[in-house]
Amino acid sequence: MNDELEERLDEAPESQPESLRLRDIPVREELQPRTVIAPDGQEIHIDPLQDYYCQAGPTVQTPAYTKIIEDLFNWARSESLWILGFGTGCGAIEMRPLMTPRFDAYRYGIQWRPTPRQANLLVISGYLSVKTLKRAIRSYEQMQNPKYVVGLGSCTINGGMYWDSYNTIKCLDQYMPVDLYITGCMPRPEALLQGFDDLKKLIRAGKAEGANRYAENFDWYKANQKRVIKNWNMPDYNW
Amino acid sequence: MSFEWIMIPYSLLTLFIVVNYGLLLTALMQKIGARVGRRYGIPIWQNYIDLIKNYSIRSSITHGPMFYLGPVFRLTGGVGLLLFVPTIYGSEMFSNLSFAGDLILALYFVFFGTLGMALGAAESGHPHAAIGVSRGLSQVTTSELPLALAVFAVALQYETLSVTEIVAAQQGGVMNWTLFTNPLAVTAAMLSFLGSMMRPPFDVVLAPQEIPIGPPTEYHSSYLALMQTNRVIFPIAKIVVYMNLFFGGAASWPVFFLKVFLIYLFSVFVGTVFPRFRVEQSVRWFLIWAVPLGIAAIVLV
Repeated sequence: MNDELEERLDEAPESQPESLRLRDIPVREELQPRTVIAPDGQEIHIDPLQDYYCQAGPTVQTPAYTKIIEDLFNWARSESLWILGFGTGCGAIEMRPLMTPRFDAYRYGIQWRPTPRQANLLVISGYLSVKTLKRAIRSYEQMQNPKYVVGLGSCTINGGMYWDSYNTIKCLDQYMPVDLYITGCMPRPEALLQGFDDLKKLIRAGKAEGANRYAENFDWYKANQKRVIKNWNMPDYNW
Repeated sequence: MSFEWIMIPYSLLTLFIVVNYGLLLTALMQKIGARVGRRYGIPIWQNYIDLIKNYSIRSSITHGPMFYLGPVFRLTGGVGLLLFVPTIYGSEMFSNLSFAGDLILALYFVFFGTLGMALGAAESGHPHAAIGVSRGLSQVTTSELPLALAVFAVALQYETLSVTEIVAAQQGGVMNWTLFTNPLAVTAAMLSFLGSMMRPPFDVVLAPQEIPIGPPTEYHSSYLALMQTNRVIFPIAKIVVYMNLFFGGAASWPVFFLKVFLIYLFSVFVGTVFPRFRVEQSVRWFLIWAVPLGIAAIVLV
């Protein structure tokens, strides 16, 4: 990160003005308002940011059941971790052996889903460039509550060997609520299995409420995200 | 035909047994597939946990009324197919709501869920869903053709449209099964069966590795749970139709479990051995290999 960015990082999130949202970034062409003329001559005004995306922020979803039912649900959630097939860095390579005969994570109820709607665990596998952070945020926001984030490798904790890189983030926790970090560069598949096992314990204990933390501190997370993503040409809410 | 109210709890009991058997059987088949790939595979009770998990997701979003109705239609197709054909032959309890013309109704129900799914997935507005639906509908349409031809051949052969009467005609020994009295029709139907089980080589529509993951791309939480419920009911319901039409039906639950397992295993066996077809390849395959067999079955009957 350059010095200017460091300075801006030091600012308190509250001091970030509303104008951050409307910075002088050209909005992508497909997101610009336009008028379409239908075959029957009717004029249709389209503002994609208004029409195609949700306008409301995330809300805190409280466990609405008695404790014993919530415990059952938490047990089911812990035994059925569906990972979003989203590889960000070199750690994505370490995830592959988990699907194959040698380590076979399926026997622990861990599966991979190709769409964020169905997944409930986002594994940030290694260094996260600013460009990828944008996609990771969009994917994370499209997942349904409750959802969990695991940071894999040193890069997600403190930048790791990319500490002084100009385009990777250092501390994943500032941009999305991380439930668990798995250390190492790279962690072996055994370490991943151990990490998932620890995540299961967290979920069973009802401590993995990252989605609610994200909703509670939504403004803080958004301000942090916008501080590093310079070309924020997407809607604020991505679900 | 008089209606007995006791048929309703009896049908629900059938549904209960089939749902549980389906949950276990589907997991078992996944396990067999995993063992072929030298993996250990999922626990046998994994489907129950996934189902509870998906019903317990706290938030869900909708894209409109058809998005809601898609999974409902799909489940209706599965449950309807199951309830309108006799599950256990000769049993008062498990003949369900079968009636004289149920064979035609069954054919409709086989297609019903797919159409509902197409409408629901289309409303989700996701391009992957649209591509998946167009692929799925073209593949299902061609794979249904040989089944329809085979069913007509069987109906002509036994001169009835009632599944119960067709099963009755096959009683009294293995050699009375349609499998041996009309092998062409059964072959055509079994080829069609491969196409509707969502397993390789015909699973390009739903495969996570292809256009991710096809029609259900946008479906999540309870919607997905409804579809999972249907995913365990529908194959069993479809196999029940096959078992009744071609393999002599089942006179008791153990025979039922065994026959359903073996018929299901046929598609898993083919699926683990052969690689995946593209849609245009599978359409051509059905039209070249399965449809002529079905036509021959009708001509020769």
